[in-house]
Formats: sequence, C-alpha cells, structure tokens
Amino acid sequence: MMPKEDQKRPLLALENISKAYTGVVALSNVSMTVMPGEVLALIGENGAGKSTLMKILGGVIQPSSGYILIDEVRYDRFSVTESQSAGIAFVHQELNVFDNLDVAANMFLGREKRAGFLRLLDVKAMGAAAEPLLRRVGATFRPETPVADLSLAERQLLEIAKALSIQARLIIMDEPTSSLTLSETKTLMTVIAGLKAEGIAVIYISHRLSEIEECADRVFVLRDGKAAGELAKGEINHDAMIRMMIGRDLNSLYAPPARAPGGPILSLRAVRTRAKPRARVEFDVHDGEILGVAGLVGAGRTELAEAIFGIDTILEGEVMLAGKPFLATSPRDAIKAGVYLVPEDRKRTGLVLESPVCENICLADLGSVSSRGFVSKSLIKARAEEQRTKLGIRTTDVMRNAAELSGGNQQKVVLGKWLSMRPALIIFDEPTRGIDVASKVEIYRLMRALADAGVGVMMISSDMEEVIGVSDRIVVLREGEIAGSLSRPEFSEHNVLRLAVGAN
Amino acid sequence: MHKKDLGLAVLIIVVGAVVYLQNPLFLSPINLGNTANLIGLFGLFAIGQGFVIMTGGIDLSVGSMIALLGVLFVDMVGKFGVPWPVAILVVLVIGALLGLAHGLLITRLRMQPFVVTLCGLLIYRGIARGYTGEATAGFPFGANYPALEWLTIGRSFGVPHSFFAMIIIGVICWFVLHRSVFGRHLQAVGKNEDAACYSGIRTGFVIAAAYVICAALTAVAAVYFAMFTRSVQPSSHGNFYELYAIAAAVLGGFSLRGGEGSIIGVVLGAVLLQELQNLVNLLGIPSSLNFAVMGAVILAGVLADQQFNLYRARRRAAAALGAVNTSGSALHHRPATTNELSP
Repeated sequence: MMPKEDQKRPLLALENISKAYTGVVALSNVSMTVMPGEVLALIGENGAGKSTLMKILGGVIQPSSGYILIDEVRYDRFSVTESQSAGIAFVHQELNVFDNLDVAANMFLGREKRAGFLRLLDVKAMGAAAEPLLRRVGATFRPETPVADLSLAERQLLEIAKALSIQARLIIMDEPTSSLTLSETKTLMTVIAGLKAEGIAVIYISHRLSEIEECADRVFVLRDGKAAGELAKGEINHDAMIRMMIGRDLNSLYAPPARAPGGPILSLRAVRTRAKPRARVEFDVHDGEILGVAGLVGAGRTELAEAIFGIDTILEGEVMLAGKPFLATSPRDAIKAGVYLVPEDRKRTGLVLESPVCENICLADLGSVSSRGFVSKSLIKARAEEQRTKLGIRTTDVMRNAAELSGGNQQKVVLGKWLSMRPALIIFDEPTRGIDVASKVEIYRLMRALADAGVGVMMISSDMEEVIGVSDRIVVLREGEIAGSLSRPEFSEHNVLRLAVGAN
Repeated sequence: MHKKDLGLAVLIIVVGAVVYLQNPLFLSPINLGNTANLIGLFGLFAIGQGFVIMTGGIDLSVGSMIALLGVLFVDMVGKFGVPWPVAILVVLVIGALLGLAHGLLITRLRMQPFVVTLCGLLIYRGIARGYTGEATAGFPFGANYPALEWLTIGRSFGVPHSFFAMIIIGVICWFVLHRSVFGRHLQAVGKNEDAACYSGIRTGFVIAAAYVICAALTAVAAVYFAMFTRSVQPSSHGNFYELYAIAAAVLGGFSLRGGEGSIIGVVLGAVLLQELQNLVNLLGIPSSLNFAVMGAVILAGVLADQQFNLYRARRRAAAALGAVNTSGSALHHRPATTNELSP
C-alpha cells in the first residue's frame, strides 16, 4: 500500500467532519485519510453521505464541525479555490464538458495560454501541451477534435487529462464507469494504475463492487452519515463490503404477499416498440404479485415502461389490460385507463419541482378538484392533505414547493398523485433511487399493499437486493427482449445476472 | 470555415444565380452597390447581436436604439454644430453605456434578457419620439460634411464604405470571438454558465461585455443609418431592425440557447436576408410580401439544418453501435459475479 518510506505522510486527512442541514445530519464525525498514490474506494448506499463528503472536499459546502488537513496544514473552512490549489480534481458523473469547443479548449478553459502582442489564444501551445496528457491517459483522440464527436468514455478521459493538466495530486472519480462498456472500463482501470504509479491518489466512488476489488488499495465505507469501517487490501471482497454498507439484515425489510397470485392484469404479446424495434416482448403482470423487471443499463427496461405508458410507440403486438385490448398512444390514454408510471427521474418527469406539493398531487386529475370548470384551491388542499396523512409525507405544509422535500418524501408525492386516482396498474421505475432506508421500507410496504389490493405492480430496478427482496417474480430484459423469468425459489443474484448478460 | 457556413454560402450563390437568370439586373453594378450598402448597414449590428445570442441572451432594443442614437447624432451635428468626430464619440459612449446597463441588469439583478431589452425597446423609442416631439430630425438644408459623408456613404471602386466598415469590424470581431480568450469564455458561458463559473471564468463580466459590444456596434450602425437616410423619423426609423439581426444570426447558425455560432455565419446571414429583399424587388413580387418571403426562408432553412443534424446524429449513433456490436458486447458486459447496487 505504501511502497516507499517518504510516502507515509498522508496527502489528505479529514478529521471528525460533521455536516448538518436544517434538521438532517448528513455526516457525523467522519475521519478519513488518503495517502499519495493510493486508490481509496468510497462506498455506501445512496444517502450514506458520500456526495456530501465529496462536496466538502471540493470546497462547495463547508463542514459544520471538524477540519481538513492537507500537507499538515489545517483548514476549518475549505473553499473551491483552496481545493483546486491543493491539487484536488473531480471527474464527475455528469461530465461538465463544453461540447461546442474542442478538446484542448476544454482542457485549458479558464487557464488559456496566450501569445503575441494582442494576447490572443495560443492554440498551438495548448494543443502541444494537451498532446502528452492525452497520451498519458491512453486517449486516441486529438487536441483539436471537437468534443461533440467524443463518446462518453472519451469525455471522461478528457476530464482525467484535464485533472493531470492542473497537476492534480488527488482525483476524485464519482461513478466513473456507470455509463462505460466493458472494454472502456478496462481502459479506465489501466489509466488508474498509471496515475497510482505516478503517485497520484484516487478516491473511487462506485457501486460496482468487482471493480473495487480490482483497483482499490483500501475501502472506506459510509453508512447513514457515519464511518462504518475500513477494509485493507487483503480484506476487500463482496460480502464484507455489503455487510458493512447495509449493516443490517435486508430480508426483514420486505413483506410477503398476502395471497396467491390470480389471473393476469396486464399481458404483452409479441410487442415491438420504436425504441427497440428488433426485439419482441411477451410477459404478464398478475393480480396480487409484484413483478420485478431486471436487466443491465441499456437493456430497454425504461423504454418498455414508456411504451406501455404511451410515451414511446408500440409498433406491433398485443397489449391486454384486465382482459381488454389496451393501446396507449399518449400518457393521457394510459392515465385514463388507470395505467400509471412512477418515472425514473423524479425531479424531471415525476414532479413539477417549483410547484407546491398539493398541486403536484392533483396535477393529473384536475377535473376532480374543479367545480364548474374552475380549479378549487380548497379541494386541492383537501385531497393533498388526505394523501399526506395516508402516505406519511413529511412536510410542514402542502403549499410548500416539492423541491424543498427530501428524496423519499418527493417520491411519496409522486405516489400520492397516482394513489388519489383509480390505479389498475402502476409501473415503478427505480422507485427508491437516492432515497434513505426508512422511506425505502415505506415504499416497499406500499407496493405490497397495492398488489394485495389487486392493483398490478411492475417494478423496474437496478438495485439487486431490492429486485430479489421485493419481487414475487422477476423478468430479466436483455437487449430489449425477455431473457428469462425467475420464480421465487430461483431468485439469486447469480441467476439474475446470468440472464442479464446472457452468460451460461 | 465551418460546414454550416459553407452551406449558407452555397445557398446564397444558388439564390443569386436563380435571381440573375430571371432578371440580369441583379448583377448590375448599381444593384450590387445598393445591396452591398444594405448588407453593410444591417451586418454591423447583426454582428453585435451575434455576441449577445452567443451568451444565450437576446437584445430586442437594437431598432429603437438606432432611432434614438440617430436622432441625437443628427441633432448634435446639424442643430448644435458639434464637430462630427465628437458626435460619433458621444453616440458610441451612450450606446456602450446603454449596453452596460442591459448587461448589469441581467447579470447583477438576474433579470431576463428578453424583459430587459424589451423595456429598452419601448423606452428608447419613447425617448426618441418625446425628445423630437415626433418631428423628423434632419440636417439643415444644403449642409455638407464631406469627410463624414465620404466615411459613411462614400464609395471606393464602386463599393460603399458601409460595406467596408462591416468587413473591417467583422474581421476584428472574428478575432475577438474565435481567437481571443474572451471569445472562448463567451462560448463556454453560452454553453453552460454554471460549469464555466466553476472553471474560473468571470461569467458576469463576459455576459455584460457581450451586451456592451452589441450596443456599441449598434451605435456605429446608427450613425451609418442616419447618414444613409439623411433624416430620422423617430417613430419609424429602425423599426423591426432587431428582428433582422436575430434572423441573420439564426440563419448564420447561431442557437438561441447559446454557445453556437460564428462571425462568418452571421455575416452570411445578413447577406442572405438582403439578397432575399432584393429578390422580392427584382422578381416583381409585391414588396408587401417581403416579410413573408423572409419568414418562409428562415423557417425552411432552420428546419433543414435541424433535420440534417438529426440525421448526422443518428448515423453516428448507428456507427457507434455497430462498432460495439462487432467487438462482441453491446451492453455493459461484466463478469457474472458483479454485484450491482442501485447505481
């Protein structure tokens, strides 16, 4: 881990960092060190405090208490500029590149090289300086390539090269492989090994545990804002990491079905959609069961949900809802038939964030809160209050904007919108993404209650624990097609992944 | 030269050829000279508008500003006997200050560019009309300003000096937008203001400067227009000119969302617009239809450009997918032991 004597001094130390927002403790007493040339994996569930910790390192937010040591200099407050001059660089999940400029321009943005009497851009010098940096990260594109022509993986290499150009000593990578293919991931691993060899430290944030096994020198686990423990190189394995991250028995979170499943509520036969025109999909959602839909990123799960909900077009095939032919050509049709979607991106498509909670709840059914064609404020409030009590939405007032609520409570608002109507089938797309454990459990119970009440429940999830824990049956999608279906006794991570990747 | 600019240049030549075949007067020296003059006049402030649109903003006050500054310039020179170089300087300074006011309202007080400059449009027009009492501002009968006239409405080798002025300013602006650090920052700010700010760019300064440049170039254009028309009718002078500028920029490949566009593009856009005006005149189309012709061409042009981009994006995506498929994995293919928690 520390090959040389002179590297024993930590590059960075966080001492007893705490961060409290109004009423919520995001981090409490976290201490962490990073050595030069070390790859430190930072793991934890969503909401465990990883992003808060990284924002503190970037100087974007200030800790409520505790301090940061860099080269043994103590910082009680740490600004963006201090973070940058300390050599901390970020490679973000959402890449902040400018696709209207070329590679070299992106790399030197804000630090352009100038030349000549008029101090104009020195394009040649910047290209020449970019060239070796690009080679160091194994990039095949050139400094003058427009960024618009780069793939996501190439843009990421550009961000790493940019970090090198500012002489970064610590590069923080946030979910760097979430949109990379296998070979691109391998390239990244090589790049990380190269950085390490040059003495550059990496904080690697990921949910992909096998990548962590491959590249990390040490694992630091956060749970509910606290340090849950560390694993040294020899101790890093899946089971140990999961145990530390979860910290409890996940099985107790899930409720079993109240009754045996009945007939199909929704059936798809030989359905082709515009998003995946070459694939044919067939499956049923039964009365009384929760159907889990698993698959890798890009397998077409969200696209399938959107086709059923009328956003994407169904080209061919038969869809039956409660025994009657059903074809939604717009979300309006689907909603009329009682088919609702709880979308993946709650902030963009689930809610009108800058609108009050009560208006969000009534948005899809304004007719029923109107009298004589005018929307009634009091009816809206009454209906919102009803859902707030039923679902336990924690907000001081239903007139507050949805943006002010926590992720879990926002998701309950989305649910409240549909539950106040007459659901026949609800499709949940990643229902607990970015939600704390307590709200997760409430949402699982709700899904179960809906299924027990005879509403069709279809849940798309990338969270393996969730798929296996919540579902009564799992269908796995691969390249837009149903790769297979698993019943409860067959449930295992191995079986789901085997179907998802098409391996034997 | 970008592909987009090249396409526009080809379109200009094709339209020109068609008009010439229908009416050979198109290439007569008189017609070319007059059209070049109009291109120069409109090109001057269209370039300025380009800087503002690059930031994702808009300046609607251009036409009113041309009227107000035109009135002031004519009165200063004609009525109060101010030496014309001083008058030009005063007009330029007033223009720049108005642009600075726009910029500060937008960057400091976070007002929307549309609102700020819409109010500018109303205010400047109102002041121009109030100041003159609706009377046309003109030079005294028989007054002569040889040097000023040579500079503005004179011609060399048959080419009007307004056209030269646009070319000179266009070249300077090309360097500013495409070769200076400021120009690069302008492009970055227009694409993603927050990310630009995190890259250490002074976004407020950059945006405000774009409005100052726009207003200053508009002031230059105001002098040229005043000298071209010789008199300024405060309620109609410069009406709708902001829309010509925006149209030229959009035709030239600027995106109203910001971050896209080039100086060559906006100049070619201004050329095409005047060519269309000319087409209406030369082909015997009733001149009352000229706005309809321009509108239709802009709509068709932008639509075609968008469809072409879509087609290119699809082809690129298909090529990428093909490459991945042949390498044996279209998906995020990982070993079966991978444990994927919520990503």
